[in-house]
Amino acid sequence: MEQEVTELDLASLVERVVGEHGATRDAIIPILSDINRVLGYIPATALPEIRRRIQLPQEGVFLADSHLYSAASFYQMFSLHPIGRHVIRFCESAPCHVMGGRQVIRALQDESGLQPGETSQDMKWSLLMTSCLGVCSVGPAFLVDNDIYGNVTPERVPEILARYE
Amino acid sequence: MKVIRSMVLVSVDDASLARGAQDVFRAFLDEIDEFGLSDQVAVTTIREAGIHADTPLVIVYPDAAVYGPVTVADVHTIVEEHLYKGNIVPSLLEMMHAPAPEFGWMRGRRGALPVQTRIVLERAGIINPESIEDYILNDGFLALGKALTQMRPADVIAEVDKSGLQGRGGAGFPTGQKWRFVASTPGSPKYVICNADESEPGTFKDRLVLEGDPFSIIEAMTIAGYAINAQEGYIYIRGEYPLAYRRIENAIRQAAARGLLGDRIFGTDFSFHIHIHAGAGSYICGEETALIESLEGKRGMPRARPPYPTTYGLFGKPTVVNNVETLANVPPILRNGAVWFREIGSPKSAGTKVYTILGNVNFTGAIEVPMGITLREVIDIYAKGMKNDKQLKLVQTGGSSGTIVPASLQDVPLDFESFRNAGVSLGSGALLVCDEDTCVVDLAKVILRFFRNECCGKCTPCRIGTLRLYEIMSQISEGSASLAELDLMLKISEAMSEVSNCGLGQTASIALRDFMKYFRQEIETHIVDHVCPVGVCPVSERAPVLAPVP
Repeated sequence: MEQEVTELDLASLVERVVGEHGATRDAIIPILSDINRVLGYIPATALPEIRRRIQLPQEGVFLADSHLYSAASFYQMFSLHPIGRHVIRFCESAPCHVMGGRQVIRALQDESGLQPGETSQDMKWSLLMTSCLGVCSVGPAFLVDNDIYGNVTPERVPEILARYE
Repeated sequence: MKVIRSMVLVSVDDASLARGAQDVFRAFLDEIDEFGLSDQVAVTTIREAGIHADTPLVIVYPDAAVYGPVTVADVHTIVEEHLYKGNIVPSLLEMMHAPAPEFGWMRGRRGALPVQTRIVLERAGIINPESIEDYILNDGFLALGKALTQMRPADVIAEVDKSGLQGRGGAGFPTGQKWRFVASTPGSPKYVICNADESEPGTFKDRLVLEGDPFSIIEAMTIAGYAINAQEGYIYIRGEYPLAYRRIENAIRQAAARGLLGDRIFGTDFSFHIHIHAGAGSYICGEETALIESLEGKRGMPRARPPYPTTYGLFGKPTVVNNVETLANVPPILRNGAVWFREIGSPKSAGTKVYTILGNVNFTGAIEVPMGITLREVIDIYAKGMKNDKQLKLVQTGGSSGTIVPASLQDVPLDFESFRNAGVSLGSGALLVCDEDTCVVDLAKVILRFFRNECCGKCTPCRIGTLRLYEIMSQISEGSASLAELDLMLKISEAMSEVSNCGLGQTASIALRDFMKYFRQEIETHIVDHVCPVGVCPVSERAPVLAPVP
């Protein structure tokens, strides 16, 4: 994921995304989602870029950057700072836990060398905890980027992580 | 156009492959071709068939016959007898428990699996979810056509009302009544919202419908729009379900292209457009007013109620918010009639429910059965018993916001009345089965951590309460709490359930209160003896706390 985003890159990305979803207040979350998806996170500098394009005073829409920050900081799938190229999201909810989650998260920590919430020095991996992913009958489960892994045992963890460059 | 009438599924997990599943698969393709059935019978593979000793498995739909173990030599027989002539081959079926005679009241398919009554999940997993032709061939859009051309909006509401359909998201509000409120509330425009934010831990029933039968939701929302005189609908799908999003998006596009959605549907004056919106990771956005706030581009913080969405909803207009499973029941009710629906289930809880079975059992997954099944039936018949023959200790019913049911209460029927009658919540229908190796302190900690993470922060009792409860439970698991803190937890829990702004705060401590009611001794042992009977809490590593010096 990009760490250095030039001003021009960001402006043109925001321009495109706002164009796709509309310059309205109710498009804020899809707009933030797209930016998060493309860049891997939402840079602080993106917020005024979005706000500028959604100011519609004649229609009564007055947005402050804080409104955008408020939304960007609330949702768990967004990140406000750069994270690893590959993101592990481990389900720590009750069903996965009961089906053997404790052993799997330990294996993930051992294999990645990371504590939950941490990103590796080389920016390759982030290990994050997440709430129920909705695949509970095949718990324990976790996501790596957009790939979901279910029925995971600690023994499978090294092989799964090895698939990612 | 190919009209597939049967589907053959061959298991190709590692165990099956090691026993020749690849050859079995190829043999099916050859034999089906030999018998000239290639245009009628589809063959495909499944990776996760669950835990079976008799792999490779071959499942034939729609008969739901499960054969196993299947060798190449068996394939000719199965194709000739079952697929060509229509006779299931009993000698090749996988050994399964037969349903007990007292469950004959459950209607279901032919075949060897325990009987289910699939209404909501009738097509999921059977038809191609990306094909509108498949949907139409399986009674798709019949209900909408009937509603638009033969019924007035008031008739539609009356039929849904008469059916006794209640909300399947967890609250159980009568659907017909909700529609009637909004239809008769002055204000325009009105909106229909489908709540597809399914985030209650243990729940994935809505995902099955969104991914497996997306057109049914499109049809149901359009019917709802017609009933309440709304021209626009929104479907809010949680961000963690990208496949569901894509399939719904595709369904909207295909339906619109055929005049079954959009302007002048079925050539009538009624127009309805559906917008799709993805969430971004937030359990609280499943709460209907938080969902509306999120749709409006803000933090998902629940509003003060009243007013309810039926009077002040999306953009301040009268809005119907319905769960996916609730909506999926609407087309069948219109097609088959309210009386048919009422006859399924129990007197006060009509219809079926999709229950999800999770935890320390042999078979996990989703089942759809008439309302009122008991935990014992779920565990013995559908889950095929406890894994490794362990003892059942407790079940959490209804998700992480649900009640704890000790083994002694496993004969309570699970429906909308079970909470009032026996303190057993139905909730979303998630059933987390825990065996003797589950420590209640450890499980309570995991549940409370979930609510601390998901609390939106708006109201004090929940924001502070969820944090404190989690902290205290962590201390208990580490052996540094005192008995006085148990009473403190109960006080906090009482405050949260009475004063919190929304359902999250009100239900976050239900499990804790039940643990205290049924398993208090186990919790106290952690505190007083510094022992975790099951042996998972780090409590045993701490030295006993010395008494304070006077």
